Amino acid sequence: MQERTNDGPPLTQPSGQIDHLAALYRQMFLIRRVEEESARAYALGKIGGFLHLYIGQEAVGVGAVAALRPDDYVITTYRDHGMALAKGMSARALMAELYGKATGCSKGLGGSMHLFDVEHNMLGGYGIVGGHIPLAAGVAFASKYRSDGRVTLCFFGEGAVSIGGFHEGLSLAALWKLPIVFVCENNEYAMGTPLSRTMSVEDVSMKALGYGIDRDRFFVDDVLEVEKRMAEAVSRARELSLPTLVEVRTYRFRGHSMSDPAKYRTPAELEDHKKRDPLTRARALLEQNGYGAERLAKLEAEVEAEVQDAVKFAEESPEPDPSLLAKTTYDGPFAA
Amino acid sequence: MERTLNMVQAINDALRTEMRRDPRVVVLGEDVGKVGGVFRVTQGLYEEFGEDRVVDTPLSEGGIIGAAIGMALYGLVPVPEIQFADFIFPGYDQIVSELAKIRWRSGGEYAAKVVIRTPVGGGIRGGLYHSQSPESLFIHVAGLKVVCPSNPYDAKGLLLASIRDPDPVLFFEPKRVYRAAKGEVPEEDYVVELGRAKVVRAAQGAGKAVTVVAWGAMLYEALAAAEQVKKDKGIECDVIDLRTLWPVDVETITESVKKTGRLVVVHEAPRTCGFGAELVSLVCERALMHLEAPPVRVTGFDTPFPYALEMEYLPLAHRIAPEIVKTAEF
Ligand SMILES: Cc1ncc(C[n+]2csc(CCOP(=O)(O)OP(=O)(O)O)c2C)c(N)n1
Repeated sequence: MQERTNDGPPLTQPSGQIDHLAALYRQMFLIRRVEEESARAYALGKIGGFLHLYIGQEAVGVGAVAALRPDDYVITTYRDHGMALAKGMSARALMAELYGKATGCSKGLGGSMHLFDVEHNMLGGYGIVGGHIPLAAGVAFASKYRSDGRVTLCFFGEGAVSIGGFHEGLSLAALWKLPIVFVCENNEYAMGTPLSRTMSVEDVSMKALGYGIDRDRFFVDDVLEVEKRMAEAVSRARELSLPTLVEVRTYRFRGHSMSDPAKYRTPAELEDHKKRDPLTRARALLEQNGYGAERLAKLEAEVEAEVQDAVKFAEESPEPDPSLLAKTTYDGPFAA
Repeated sequence: MERTLNMVQAINDALRTEMRRDPRVVVLGEDVGKVGGVFRVTQGLYEEFGEDRVVDTPLSEGGIIGAAIGMALYGLVPVPEIQFADFIFPGYDQIVSELAKIRWRSGGEYAAKVVIRTPVGGGIRGGLYHSQSPESLFIHVAGLKVVCPSNPYDAKGLLLASIRDPDPVLFFEPKRVYRAAKGEVPEEDYVVELGRAKVVRAAQGAGKAVTVVAWGAMLYEALAAAEQVKKDKGIECDVIDLRTLWPVDVETITESVKKTGRLVVVHEAPRTCGFGAELVSLVCERALMHLEAPPVRVTGFDTPFPYALEMEYLPLAHRIAPEIVKTAEF
């Protein structure tokens, strides 16, 4: 396992790398700001139900998606805002969905946990833990069947590793040699219960051994490192049609969802992790490597404007029409 | 001694009462121990009874329910919690294929005394996977008992009765009224017998009357609708709280329908093959000639449970009242 440090060496890449890092930072910053605004709207009762924030984990989704082609597939859990934005969903469509508005990505009928975006091959957030993992294997099967050269990225938390769907999905992907990367975002807690109390081993990536597939395991701290490591797994999928299980060690800065005060962990533990916030690190790298304060401020102002526009759009959008319910699932407005 | 408790506290009280009385009782599930459960129903049990009896499990509904069945086969009394009824399906195979069939297929040699507690229903804007009411999927499986209390007193008494019942029980807790429904709950040990409905509002006088059947959180909507139609139209209602869905107390419903000649069934679940369909059949088989109007179902829709439009999807009073009126004026 690599050593964790707060300040990496200065980047020595050509300036294109700086612009690339700036683009990744922009995405992470957008995700964070969208989620901070959604938390505010939730507190005001404008967003209801459950809201699972990705704050602290942004570099996983952003780094991973950076390793993909635009037409590759992503499928994830209910903690899906970051992945949707990273994959290209507009902040407007996301925010409107959180508000339950007709202009949302799922017409307001899905809400926070169930985002879909067919245009960007974002195959959804899934609310049943582990349920989407065999689906992901099927998506990768379809890619292989059609020889479309696409890779499927399937995200889940470490909690999912204990449920059957995880094992059934990995088993099939390994047997059929599918072009897929299973990404376990290990943020140490499944709801209020730490990993140490629910799994007999501490190293999630070991689960790959029984299925005879490759594995990797690393910390999230540096988004460029995430991208690099994910790129290896993605190329194994694309070039060799072989699955990989990647465990990314990360941490959520908020509770499991908005209704969780996260009393099961100490403030010191949280502060310790916040010191290694991948956003802070990426921003510092940009500064150290001459991206320029002015450009950074401009980038952040643009994101801010995008976020405010999304909130306004969501606020002003109409609710879906109750007539949507009158028909059954298959002869209603979404019928084939 | 009586105290005012909400549903969460009453269920906690029942678990504590039975765990003190019967050392075979074991609680297991995700976050039930140290955290005290997602809805805090098992709060304090871990501290009182320890980690051998209040077991934090991995995220594994099939494992939780399967292991509970095994525990029950050899003398324990497991009371697993599934965090939301919507998450029960990874364990549905264990329930349908094993739990429901053990007594029958072992010729009565083995019983599987497992009580699966799980919150059910909408009303918290949970959307697709935190709102469903799957009761009829369990009632349909021969060999399961299904309970759904509407208030704290019944919740405690029905849970104690369920745990003492020799056979498997699905204990659905209406999360919409977990904290909103409050009432007097004795500190003492008592049971509310399974299989007995309760007439919670009785039609007065000799005018037109309607029988309204509901359970769980929708009972309060049925009561509100009954109040409203009385005020607006002078229509009287018998409102029946089913309490145990299976085995169902068909006598209490039939007796009422024989008086009123009219039946309205309310449930949150989608309409098609919902429990309302079975209730209407049962009543028709017994009281067809007494009916003055076609029986009516006020239900959820035949779609997944939506995030937006929740107050339209649920059969709330504003949807029940017009149906009562139509039935009365048929
Ligand atoms: C089958 C199923 N069981 C239980 C739940 C309730 N639940 C939702 S998230 C969660 C914890 C999951 O933790 P993890 O997989 O580590 O992901 P994280 O939330 O940390 O991102 C639980 C128990 C669920 N949604 N689905």
